[in-house]
Amino acid sequence: MATTPSRPAIAAAGLRKSFGNLVVLDGIDLHVAEGTIFALLGPNGAGKTTTVQILSTLIGADGGEIRVAGHDPARDPDEVRAAIGVTGQFSAVDNLLTGEENLILMADLHHLGRAEGRRRAAGLLDQFDLAGAAKKPVATYSGGMRRRLDLAMGLVGDPRLVFLDEPTAGLDPRSRRTMWQIIRDLAADGVTVFLTTQYLEEADRLADRIALLDHGRLVAEGSPDELKRLVPGGHIRLQFADFDGLEAAARALGEGVREEEELALNVPSDGGVKSLRTLLDRLDAVSIEVEELSVHTPDLDDVFLALTGRTEHTKESVR
Amino acid sequence: MTTMRYALSDSATMLRRNLRHALRYPSLTLLVAGIPVIFLLLFVYVFGETLGAGLGGAAGSLDGRAAYVNYVTPGIILLGVAGTAQGTAISVAMDMTEGIIARFRTMAIFRPSILTGHVVGSTIQTMLGMAIVIGVALLVGFRPTADLIEWIATIGVLAMITFALTWLSVALGLAPKTVEAASNLPMPLMLLPFLGSGFVPTDSMPAALRWFADYQPFTPVMETLRGLLFGTPIGDSAVLAVAWCAAITLVGYLWAKKLFNRDPAR
Repeated sequence: MATTPSRPAIAAAGLRKSFGNLVVLDGIDLHVAEGTIFALLGPNGAGKTTTVQILSTLIGADGGEIRVAGHDPARDPDEVRAAIGVTGQFSAVDNLLTGEENLILMADLHHLGRAEGRRRAAGLLDQFDLAGAAKKPVATYSGGMRRRLDLAMGLVGDPRLVFLDEPTAGLDPRSRRTMWQIIRDLAADGVTVFLTTQYLEEADRLADRIALLDHGRLVAEGSPDELKRLVPGGHIRLQFADFDGLEAAARALGEGVREEEELALNVPSDGGVKSLRTLLDRLDAVSIEVEELSVHTPDLDDVFLALTGRTEHTKESVR
Repeated sequence: MTTMRYALSDSATMLRRNLRHALRYPSLTLLVAGIPVIFLLLFVYVFGETLGAGLGGAAGSLDGRAAYVNYVTPGIILLGVAGTAQGTAISVAMDMTEGIIARFRTMAIFRPSILTGHVVGSTIQTMLGMAIVIGVALLVGFRPTADLIEWIATIGVLAMITFALTWLSVALGLAPKTVEAASNLPMPLMLLPFLGSGFVPTDSMPAALRWFADYQPFTPVMETLRGLLFGTPIGDSAVLAVAWCAAITLVGYLWAKKLFNRDPAR
């Protein structure tokens, strides 16, 4: 696809939002190019949902310059609304209606006309594998089906920019892979996708650009590879049977980070065979028994650790 | 505002949504018609003979139960309208907890259509409920003397007070944070027909209560209905009824609109 310099799908500068005394967004800048998948990655409470709510005109910002699809959500909300499709964290479907009725409701609100609305609903039901359940009330749908219907409803108006707030949260692995494929297909059609996720793997696999959000601030932004480059290489993890082994290895190698409770030593390495052999030779020379050895190439978890001083898993709760 | 263009079409879409909800889950609708019917039968058959005897001149030539059924039916109908207000507040409050409302807020639609869908839907439901109540009343001896024009005027007055109370109850459904609170807020409305001329003439009440009963909104509406149905003097009741309905509609509409346009709480 030829990338012509065009206006960005989303541009935000100095976006701020507080709820009472709680600062949720503390001045963030976003730039999302048209036709790309952008992932806003962060732990619970980082401000991801708030960002989506502001960009999709659901709530107002306290400060900052925002352009979504070329319009200011505060001044011309309807222009923004006409250009976007939104899928919320909690399914935004009408539980009392059937799947088909939900889609036709969306078609009616987009003023597509009766025939075109029905055609579009039928097409989306097929595309999202919901045709069999089209006439059943949504209340009877499984989590994966609801999420697919939710996304389908956001696409009835054929938006060029789609917001997906944690599209795979709570889905089983199979439904998650289905959702990933749907998102890739959207991007292949030239739709800009802005998604939030707390899964590093998800951002890594889907996104062209990733922004790391932590406590309402962006701590890093770039392509998945660029972000991984922020971490100085990978490491080899050596696990020992007892403390003496750990102690001896640390002395012999003269480098590495000790995890004493785990009896493990993380030695920096590029992960190549040559450096691995060198390392083992040095351990052999002083007759140190290694229980277990594993090679770690840097992943986004390392990025998160390097940038925030915490791993994604040891996140503290902010609200 | 570009979405103004679609005010009618979006409102019709939202009305279809609300009517579909009502058809699919008719328990609330049935409750709305059922409660006034039970009150009607209770008041006519249990209290009717005694209360009818006490009506005196207010009942024309009839007496006892036959007089009371004519007297009490307009009160029962308004009790039904007030009861529906509670149903509307509950269904609005429940609807606001649904994710779909957040979706509507991110779409380029005529926003008030979400509320007008509820208002028009509930008004239709209430009018149907009232038709059932009037039907049962006719079966148990309700004998109005109204001609066609007076009947049409009666329906007009009922539509007016229903529309007014429905807007108010939409606001009452939006105001609190929980569905439970929303179901309690409109409760006092159910008392108003009792604290007015709904069940007994106000001149039989003690002075302070009588003053309240004479000046609250339901009394002129009920007196206007009696005038239209039985030819009793209406006096300034009609003007007061219209004024009250217009005022309640305006307050309810503005309040509901303001509440709905708040930033949704997280």
